[in-house]
Amino acid sequence: MRKNQLNWMIGGPQGSGINASAEVFARSCSRAGLRVYATFDYHSNIMGKHSFYRVRVADEDLRSFRDPVDVLVALDEETLTGDGHHRRWATHFGHLHEVSPGGGVVFDTEAGFDPATSDRKDIKFFPIPLMELIKTALTEIGKGGQFRAYEIMKNTVALGASLALCDYPFASLESVIADQFKAKRFDEIRGLNVRAARLAFDYVRDHFNIKDFPYQLGPGPDAKARILAKGFEIIGIAKLKAGCAFQTYYPISPATDESVFLEKQQRAQNLLVVQCEDEISSINMAVGAAHTGVRASTATSGPGFALMVEGIGFASITEAPGPVVTLYQRGGPSTGMPTRQEQGDLLLTLHPAQGDFPHLVTAPGDLRESYQDTFSAFNWAVYTTIDKLELKYDKIERGKLYHPGDFTDPQFKGPHDGFTAQNGHQTTQYGGAEKEYLRYALTPDGISPRSRPGQDGGRFWTTSDEHEPSGHITEGVDMRIEMMRKRMGKLDLALKLIPEDQQLGLWGPADADLTVVSWGSPKGTILDAIKVLEAEGKKVNFLQCRLMRPFPARRVGEILRKAKKVVLVEENYSGQLGQVIATETGFMIQERVLKFDGRPFSEDEMVKALSNVLAGGKAEAVVTVVR
Amino acid sequence: MSVEAPAKKVSVKDFRADLHNDWCPGCGDFGILASMQTAFAQLQINPDRLAVFSGIGCSGKTPHYINAYGFHTLHGRVLPVATGGRLANSGVTVVALGGDGDGYGIGAGYFVNSGRRNVDFTYLVHTNQVYGLTKGQASPTLQRGRKTKSMPERAIQDGINPIAMAVAAGYTFIARAYALDVKYTASIIAKAIQHKGSALVDVLQTCPTYNDLYTKEWYEGADLPEKRSRLYKLEDKGYDGVVKDPSDPQELIAKKAGAVARSYEVDPIPLGIYYQANLQTYEEAVSERIPALATTPLAELDVFHRDVSPLLEAMR
Ligand SMILES: Cc1ncc(C[n+]2csc(CCOP(=O)(O)OP(=O)(O)O)c2C)c(N)n1
Repeated sequence: MRKNQLNWMIGGPQGSGINASAEVFARSCSRAGLRVYATFDYHSNIMGKHSFYRVRVADEDLRSFRDPVDVLVALDEETLTGDGHHRRWATHFGHLHEVSPGGGVVFDTEAGFDPATSDRKDIKFFPIPLMELIKTALTEIGKGGQFRAYEIMKNTVALGASLALCDYPFASLESVIADQFKAKRFDEIRGLNVRAARLAFDYVRDHFNIKDFPYQLGPGPDAKARILAKGFEIIGIAKLKAGCAFQTYYPISPATDESVFLEKQQRAQNLLVVQCEDEISSINMAVGAAHTGVRASTATSGPGFALMVEGIGFASITEAPGPVVTLYQRGGPSTGMPTRQEQGDLLLTLHPAQGDFPHLVTAPGDLRESYQDTFSAFNWAVYTTIDKLELKYDKIERGKLYHPGDFTDPQFKGPHDGFTAQNGHQTTQYGGAEKEYLRYALTPDGISPRSRPGQDGGRFWTTSDEHEPSGHITEGVDMRIEMMRKRMGKLDLALKLIPEDQQLGLWGPADADLTVVSWGSPKGTILDAIKVLEAEGKKVNFLQCRLMRPFPARRVGEILRKAKKVVLVEENYSGQLGQVIATETGFMIQERVLKFDGRPFSEDEMVKALSNVLAGGKAEAVVTVVR
Repeated sequence: MSVEAPAKKVSVKDFRADLHNDWCPGCGDFGILASMQTAFAQLQINPDRLAVFSGIGCSGKTPHYINAYGFHTLHGRVLPVATGGRLANSGVTVVALGGDGDGYGIGAGYFVNSGRRNVDFTYLVHTNQVYGLTKGQASPTLQRGRKTKSMPERAIQDGINPIAMAVAAGYTFIARAYALDVKYTASIIAKAIQHKGSALVDVLQTCPTYNDLYTKEWYEGADLPEKRSRLYKLEDKGYDGVVKDPSDPQELIAKKAGAVARSYEVDPIPLGIYYQANLQTYEEAVSERIPALATTPLAELDVFHRDVSPLLEAMR
């Protein structure tokens, strides 16, 4: 019997509402005081392709998902056995093979699956007549004849059935379903969904022996529900909190959600969101706005970022205060795998455009860090030095729903309270007519006092050409050298300014036998894996690289040179962080655990890969097990 | 765009920046620069409330010669940058400009989409049929079959019709001027700035260095037996492109059709206002979403004390 340690999965065709029911389940668990980590796996498709959503639940903090599925909810046959029957090259073989011994499979009796044909004799099958139950619920309100129109309710019904297996209190689910259909126009649907889920819950109890089902779920330790959020929501909120007034975007998966989220806040928060004609427009509009006195931002993904690069160089040479670019990575190259996860854009972000120019790149590893770095980015960009800044995430945007850790204080201002949100370094004193204002004045720290169009006496010129302190074009040798030093010197300043805990993280025992080096969202998986290994008596620690430009080379070099054994973990083909570390520190990491199949690392994969390296094996690429 | 008067009266001289000008002698850009400065003085614009944005090219250097906020941006991207500037601070008069290569070639997407938005700015295109700064290749306005002295071969692509394109894109003020007629060009620019919404002024500009086809003499018709100008003013022939009732779709369509028809006249070429309509600007649409913007520029709103706790609480 396992209490409050559940790996639950729902699968079905895209558009069948599996994400809605998975999120209802996740939120219901969270409100029941449990900790949740949920991740969505979907195709670049609107309707029909196989998608699935994992929800992992426990009493203690979760930062990753696991391969085994304790309860599988299948809305169609493909979820069980894959797409081999109708594709020349199968993309997957279903999830039956992932079900834990003793686990349960809830499936639609209409799915056309016969458990007798399965070689999994160690798991339990629960065929549920989903449509019949919907029909019953409808008949109760006199609408039995129209049941096909309500097929979309199947996902909620199946969810209800699956929770009966775990003896989960139905009341916890009921309130979240009701919340999901809060709006007045859902009055009828709300009652129907709750009722149909209840019927399914009771159906399981009445028709199956579930007394010894080994995976049980009940209320957890948290008295108050924690915030349960997705990356794009947290980043959007950080932008609001940081005083961002202008966001531009061009639609692209998986970045769009952030801008749409912000679009909804425009009226209440005095934020202007502009949908542009392309990403070149997005970046340049944001640069224009930043120069004109607002905190500006844009969000995109790889293909859009590839178009923005020219604007990034422009922002940098003109020393614009921002904008902040949020890059949600996805599988490349080119259009690549739009909805899949990869960390393939690091090198692109580090040197996106021609010439040498300063910009900041930070790679937060979880929601809390995303909040911090997004918030700080505006201050770093505006207050201090840097013309522009990118944040990059490996798609923690959509597919993952989890607690942002100790993100409990909604007034949390970020780590940098000294730099509260304001337009620092913008000056209003120009000394009147007798003293000329110079936008690119050479100063000891490289930062020139800033004015913005509309300010009295603050007129300036700016150009994407090399320029003099006045902002007029120059090709002079001395001035060129001065200006290059002025701009590039800001990177040194940034390294001094940015707190060390936002530059890198070192987790676990100092005297570890193995040091894992990684960046971005594998952080959670690595930490969970280290915990598992620790329980086995193995000592592993984790160096998380977070600030990518300027790179904290001295500290990283020190840590690596002291380490007993080092392994690089990344979700890309070429070990891009490893290349950065080699260039910046001269330290070559020999062992590399890389994954580039477009899927994130699971905890199990991580444990296996690290155990192998610990045992003296050669690190290998990790491939998601699909059969 | 309504213009805030400066504290003390300004003259053309106040809009001149103290900087050596490196355009070729006789360049049509001098005429456009002088026309801009004349228009700014006519309108009594406060230089501190004026921002001039440009693309890259010979024409792109214009802001450096003007005493105002000056943004010399990227090749083809001037309109997005200018749009960002204008939306950030609606208290600033925004004038954007660039070459015909900049605006109708590499920047064509922004040219079209800016028309859709109708942000309140003026956009001057220096139409000289060549890429000046890269030494005279054909620009998108050079007609098929023509060859300037700087080109090794004849053009085998059609020239575009910027006026018709602007009509289709949705510009609400569309005019054409001639760089060497400073007085007239200044009056058109002044009207464009006063217009509320996106205003395109396509300025025919001579390039004495690379364009030996469309020269001052050609525009003056010096080669014609009757020595008549190849230009005429629309108003002189009784044409009126101004929409009287913008709520009348029939009138809008009729005026647009009239503008397009005139835009295909090649000899003589019409100058003046082809089309003008007072329609909702992007800023007006935006202030329906964000009411505070109706009275305060975005850059001056307090956005630093936002309460995000309801958003976070909703995630429990
Ligand atoms: C992305 C990019 N491509 C090419 C160039 C090179 N370039 C500089 S100016 C110019 C064309 C200038 O022609 P036009 O825009 O008509 O302006 P003019 O010089 O005639 O005023 C080109 C192609 C550039 N600066 N940037």
